[in-house]
Amino acid sequence: MSTEKRRQLASIALIIGFFVVWELACIVFGIKDIVLPRPSQIITTLVTRFPAILPHAIPTLVNTLIGFGLGIIGGVAIGALIGSSRLAYDVAYPLLIGFSSIPKVAVVPIFVLWFGAGFFPAVLTAMILCIFPIVVNVATGLATTEPELEDVMRALKASKLDTLLNVGLPRTMPYFFASLKVAITQAFVGTVIAETVASNRGIGNLMMIASANFDVPLVFAGLLILALLGVALYVLFAVIENRVTGWARRKDEFAGG
Amino acid sequence: MTVQVDAALDRSYVQLDKVTHTYGRGEREVRALDETNLRIDKGDFIALVGPSGCGKSTILKLVTGLIEASSGYVFVAGREVGAEPVRVGMAFQNPTLLPWLNLRDNVMLPLKIVPPFRQDYRAKRKTEFRDRIEALLKQVGLAGFGDKYPWQLSGGMLQRASLCRALIHEPQLLMLDEPFGALDQFTREELWSIMQDLWMTHRPTVLLVTHDLKEAAYLANRICVMAARPGRIIDDSVVPFARPRTVAMSYDPEFVSLTQHLRELIVSARTTVEAQS
Repeated sequence: MSTEKRRQLASIALIIGFFVVWELACIVFGIKDIVLPRPSQIITTLVTRFPAILPHAIPTLVNTLIGFGLGIIGGVAIGALIGSSRLAYDVAYPLLIGFSSIPKVAVVPIFVLWFGAGFFPAVLTAMILCIFPIVVNVATGLATTEPELEDVMRALKASKLDTLLNVGLPRTMPYFFASLKVAITQAFVGTVIAETVASNRGIGNLMMIASANFDVPLVFAGLLILALLGVALYVLFAVIENRVTGWARRKDEFAGG
Repeated sequence: MTVQVDAALDRSYVQLDKVTHTYGRGEREVRALDETNLRIDKGDFIALVGPSGCGKSTILKLVTGLIEASSGYVFVAGREVGAEPVRVGMAFQNPTLLPWLNLRDNVMLPLKIVPPFRQDYRAKRKTEFRDRIEALLKQVGLAGFGDKYPWQLSGGMLQRASLCRALIHEPQLLMLDEPFGALDQFTREELWSIMQDLWMTHRPTVLLVTHDLKEAAYLANRICVMAARPGRIIDDSVVPFARPRTVAMSYDPEFVSLTQHLRELIVSARTTVEAQS
């Protein structure tokens, strides 16, 4: 058995083990459903009440993806701007850190004030939560281009755009994709925060209502579905990353393919 | 502002006229290059040798237009540097190939950017340009390696590809900044011979910066010895040996006495600086 296979099996075993221990702990210590439901209960809830959950899961997924898409566009644009020169990078960095340290929950009411409850706060919160890792990574990737390579491009009289398209952006791809994996999970957090505070749809809203009704298994079913969606999108971007930026890991099988 | 060169100097392809260059300002000011005059004929091969910090790379960058002279004038192709669209190729000690492209596409890069090639890039990249790259790769001993990625190749092979990238757009000026510095002795000597071939077939005007006196004497038509603090040219001698030169020739008495002479110049320049400081 290869070490890769063994690692995958160990990962799966760990996940299953986690739920088994949880289940057993609930039974052995007699923990009540209202405090911590058993995984089997959560899964049963998820399956039996799926028709009620689905109309909430879809807006959450859609809002997240829209926010994420806007985050990518904005993040790459701002990152390219900041990363275009060492000076811009050093100048803009403190402001960027300032913005990224603001707790994003605090801005949801502002979005509600501006755009009303519902779709916009969710999308915008998802966007601002996922934009910073993208900006920072794209900017870092661009700003750390080897000076000699820049000399080569300047000696060829390449325009800024030529250099960006031929050297800067391809070189930044590994940083960019690494940031996407972080950004997509952040976007989920953003959407759910906004839905919790200001929406009448979405998983966040569903969980709010369920907890108000002490419907704890449904709260956990919401959590589970968020975790599943998050993992699914993470895996999707990990696969794309592998295909696009295999050169950065210098695997021989990439060259063969 | 464009300053025309005197008619008498027209023959020089590159000319430095009372050029100085200073890095930094105020207290941290460093004079990298003291008042320097240098003329290079079209198609000539010049080596710049000297200790670290003597301004060798500064001259290279001035001629390429990557930095501006603090005073004086740099002329290329009869006009102030930058005024005339001169094609320039560069190669460094570090091959700086792009890791996400195979060798062929790496060598293709200048054709994608530099006019007049860029206008035809889409039409010719799979035909004429590809053939040219294959021919050039073959000339440096990399035939059949076009599909390989940089990490699959040795340092010497990468440096050959880097030379191809510097030459594919038929540059009038070729700037070599210690391109063989990081290679082992045998690979280096092999590449000297390849470099000589490339120069003899393409005839660009070459400026080679190197620490290696044997390399300078093997490759160059003229060797400028430089001294440090401030950087300046202290000797300019012609290398008389017939071409094509071989590594065996580097053991001839004349060859040895030339490198010996260069070595003494550099050593005495160094000791003068040390005595001053």
